[in-house]
Amino acid sequence: MAKTVLPFGPQHPVLPEPLHLTLAIEDEIVKEAIPKLGYVHRGLEKLAEIRDHNQMIYIVERVCGICSCMHALCYCQGIEALMGLEVPERARYLRTIWSEMHRIHSHLLWLGLFADAFGFESLFMQFWRIRERVMDLQEETAGNRVILSVNQVGGVRRDITAESAQWILETLKLAEKELLQLKSTILDDTTVKLRTVGKGVLTKEKAYELGAAGPTLRASGVAQDMRQTGYAAYSELDFAPIVETDGDCYARTVVRFKEALQAIDLIRQCFAKIPQGELSVKPKGLPTGEVVSRVEQPRGEVLYYLRGSGKKFLERVRIRTPTFANIPPLLDMLPGCDLADVPVLILTIDPCISCTER
Amino acid sequence: MIDSAVVVTEENTAEIRPDEVITQSRALKDEGFRFVTMSSAELAESVCVLYHFDKDLEIRNLRVDVPKGSKIGSIATVYSCAFLVENEIKEHFGVDFDGIPLDFQGMMYNDEEVQRTPFCNIGIKRV
Amino acid sequence: MFMTKTILKNLLTKYATRLYPFQKREPFKHSKGELKIVMEKCILCGVCQMRCPSQCISVDKQAKTWKVDPFACVYCGVCVDACPVKCLYQESLYRTPLAEKDMVVHVQQPKEAAEPAAT
Repeated sequence: MAKTVLPFGPQHPVLPEPLHLTLAIEDEIVKEAIPKLGYVHRGLEKLAEIRDHNQMIYIVERVCGICSCMHALCYCQGIEALMGLEVPERARYLRTIWSEMHRIHSHLLWLGLFADAFGFESLFMQFWRIRERVMDLQEETAGNRVILSVNQVGGVRRDITAESAQWILETLKLAEKELLQLKSTILDDTTVKLRTVGKGVLTKEKAYELGAAGPTLRASGVAQDMRQTGYAAYSELDFAPIVETDGDCYARTVVRFKEALQAIDLIRQCFAKIPQGELSVKPKGLPTGEVVSRVEQPRGEVLYYLRGSGKKFLERVRIRTPTFANIPPLLDMLPGCDLADVPVLILTIDPCISCTER
Repeated sequence: MIDSAVVVTEENTAEIRPDEVITQSRALKDEGFRFVTMSSAELAESVCVLYHFDKDLEIRNLRVDVPKGSKIGSIATVYSCAFLVENEIKEHFGVDFDGIPLDFQGMMYNDEEVQRTPFCNIGIKRV
Repeated sequence: MFMTKTILKNLLTKYATRLYPFQKREPFKHSKGELKIVMEKCILCGVCQMRCPSQCISVDKQAKTWKVDPFACVYCGVCVDACPVKCLYQESLYRTPLAEKDMVVHVQQPKEAAEPAAT
């Protein structure tokens, strides 16, 4: 049978953001997929030329709407490494707490969108209802719901009081209870399993070779998580990367679901260990040299390459976001799948296109 | 403990010539390194391209200085996932990668009417 | 059969959502909302203008004015932290939507008549 070429996106019900794929299909089976990017390219890296290195924190936060806190954290870490700053311990713990809050709300967003992708709309609502609790936590502690603007070079800008800490722990307990109620629905339901088990298999070797990142990599059996490097306060917390070995859509769902629960646990550990003390140290000097900074985002590892030359403005800010790394694995997964599974497959890499194109 | 913010030093970065890129990256692949990404920055006469690899969370870089507007071999034959970032650098810096399997002709992000490479002042994209 | 319990529970409990226009949530105390200034305290130093990442603030020393483009403001609160005399603050509520773009201009009055004029 002759090949049919089908344009997928940039506008599609499952895609929150525009991504175009040209699919060559043969009898409803995808044979080839060619991506087209550039619908939301904003050139944020170029802004480094006219905004100084402190203002850039608030610009890199806006690269992505979902993992903004980690973008700023990664950037600040890089600048701190260049300046040789030692961040106060309390600030490192607070950074961890906000990062993990972001991980919970991002994974819940994804779980909801994923449920929506295979047409389970009530489940979508349930996940987003829990997510709203975490959004409230962020608004109360940081002042903003999504783009927290809490990181600064040398530490953090806000503190979490003991009173809020108590409230956070209570709310998280509630969120955890509600999340566990949904566990059997998303992970054990027959119809959900029919749409996910065995679909879009990415083998361990392929995932490693194609440079997959984050849950996409870990669902294929590679235990790589940037948090293992122990940035912020992770070196003092007890956790192990969550790994699944099947490499299919179901495994990626399980990884994200478990990571959301793990994040709740990590926040609890943080509050148990957080010391009192300074929130920030005053940066001295200007960034000079080159640095590669990496942080684990909900979607995978983000890489910042910063190049400073002792001026107020950085010479180069280069951002490699996790979705950028996950597009080649996606292109590897698509050939051989059913046309009806394409939306589900695209969603399992948790695409964040505005991240990818910056 | 491995640092997650690594200052680029001679210890973790090897300076190589443009024609060695493919052989050096193949050597790293044989050692079991994963391709992370590539970065680039504009220098006075050239474009500095950094290849980032990692193994067990430790990062290793290769640094190549490519004269402006010149050609360099694509490592997509070694690491097939490199095509996306090579396209990006081609578009932003005018570095011509030879033999990218999926070449967007410098139009991955921008439209056809964009004539100049946004990050590199000298390189002109389409003649 | 096994759903009866859930149905009954849902019938007897209150709404899961808020009946929005009639019932509004109290804003959190430390939310970063609309940017405001106490003009009498302002020394027109221009630090806020320098630090603002979206460059939405402009300070004019000669005309003694402090302007903000609320549509460009990203609510990061950097200016509030940077202000040396702490004359800037953020309300806990966001601005209400407007049909037209506008600029908020504050003019500093001479010391005797310290009444900020807002347009």
